[in-house]
Amino acid sequence: MSLTLAQVEHIAELARLALTDAEKALYREQLSAILEYAAILQRVDTSMIPPTATVLPLRNIMREDIVQPSLPIEDVLANAPDAADGCFRVTAILEG
Amino acid sequence: MPIYETIIGLEVHAQILTRSKMFCACSADYAGAAPNTHVCPVCMALPGSLPVINRAAVEKTILAGLALHCTIGPEAVFARKNYHYADLPKGYQISQYELPLCHDGWIEIEIPNETGNRVKRIGITRVHLEEDTGKLTHTGGASLVDLNRAGVPLLEIVTEPDMRSPEEAHAYLTMLQRILRYLGVSTADMEKGAMRCEANVSVRPVGQAQFGTKVEVKNLNSFRAVVQALEYEVARQIAVLESGGKVVQVTMGWDEAHGRTVVQRTKESADDYRYFPEPDLPPLVIEPAWVEALAARLPELPDAKTRRFVAELGLHPRDAALLAEDRGIAEYFEAVARESGDAKTAANWITGELFRLMNTATVEIAAVKITPAAFAALMRLVATGQINLNSAKRVFAIMFETGRSPDEIVQELGLAQVSDADVLAAAVAAVVARYPDEAAKYRGGKETLFNWFLGQVMRETRGKGNPAVVRELLAKALKG
Ligand SMILES: [Zn+2]
Repeated sequence: MSLTLAQVEHIAELARLALTDAEKALYREQLSAILEYAAILQRVDTSMIPPTATVLPLRNIMREDIVQPSLPIEDVLANAPDAADGCFRVTAILEG
Repeated sequence: MPIYETIIGLEVHAQILTRSKMFCACSADYAGAAPNTHVCPVCMALPGSLPVINRAAVEKTILAGLALHCTIGPEAVFARKNYHYADLPKGYQISQYELPLCHDGWIEIEIPNETGNRVKRIGITRVHLEEDTGKLTHTGGASLVDLNRAGVPLLEIVTEPDMRSPEEAHAYLTMLQRILRYLGVSTADMEKGAMRCEANVSVRPVGQAQFGTKVEVKNLNSFRAVVQALEYEVARQIAVLESGGKVVQVTMGWDEAHGRTVVQRTKESADDYRYFPEPDLPPLVIEPAWVEALAARLPELPDAKTRRFVAELGLHPRDAALLAEDRGIAEYFEAVARESGDAKTAANWITGELFRLMNTATVEIAAVKITPAAFAALMRLVATGQINLNSAKRVFAIMFETGRSPDEIVQELGLAQVSDADVLAAAVAAVVARYPDEAAKYRGGKETLFNWFLGQVMRETRGKGNPAVVRELLAKALKG
């Protein structure tokens, strides 16, 4: 179960990571090893085990629909590298 | 040229009416708020913050699912949908994937045709709950991010590919909007972004079992845009096939300004979203007792109401549908019908005078000042002959304006109809005495003069004479 270079590039693209050729080669190896491990797990017969979304013994944890104060705008924008008009200012994004 | 069949499936997002957001206690009422003033560590995705599910959003989703005849649960799991975009601070949207709250339902739509209305059932694949994204504003060289909308609860309703024309898609959206409004689940206002629509469209030659390649059309922000975009896209696909080409699976956006669909940047496919169960939120178990309690809260829906108005109250189907269209109006009508004991007359007044005044003044039913009791009191004044219909309309307009009681207005304007036979007999006698020639002609057989005499007496009483009583007295006097 070895990943192709193209697959590594696709995963990097989805994660918005810019990788060097050396990194691509390295991660191809490492990610392939992880997948091999997953492949071993997949050999286990799970046909009698219901899909598990959580291992915690918790269900139906909900809050009532009550409004509480939000953060002051100074705090909201405190860590923003750039801000304008009360908004986070980011590199221009084309509508897609 | 073969005849083509159109296949349409719709995906609708509707904002759920809750006070707070889906996973935090920030206000969900983002309209008109200054940017980033409804934001907290959860909805701006600060490390270490944890979401907690809003019970009201879950219950409203189940209500919508019940109204759409869905199976509810029994287990529902939230999932992360991973993608990068500046309006999505976490880098994933909390949505649902494998186990939505509601699934496998249907909705009935009515499509007008030559012989009345054709009823068609549209399958509902799923109804799930997710969170909205923030809002981006694009200025010259940058984009501005406002997170007030981030985390507002959204209902996603996906249909089967069951619609066969843009008209059916329009009918579906109309019915869905009406139901969501009735339930109080959403304002479902497309122009204000509270309801958004995406369509999957394909065409195939009639008789072909296999579906054609489907194209996804986004950015449908009004009912008009939905119909226009679908018509355009269907024509485009047929033209591609007719010229020997192949339809390519792609995401298009509707370009309202130019009236055409344009290819959008290819986004991730379902695989690329890398959905997985949200580890921060324990699953929901929807016990039957919970569903039953919610089902008991389901209001009677417009279709059922229309049928009942016709069957039980004897309304014309057109009036019944008009009154059932809006829940507030339907409830108002029923209150007036109950108070007055005369549903048909109540329906006439509401679909006539009240709608006219509401339209002119652009007033919603909730703001109408006439109480059902006062409305019924006015109807009684007419029914018992105390005022005539023309006076009643004048009084009604004043009631609409001021919310005052009809009796008070009638008294003030001196509109009370005179039914006292002695008073009216004097007026009749005076008129007959004033026009001896006409009286003679009438007695000589010119019966059409009766109505002229009636008019003269009404003028004599300044319009307040009870026409029925006047008629009787006049007939007697003219015989004389
Ligand atoms: Zn928040």
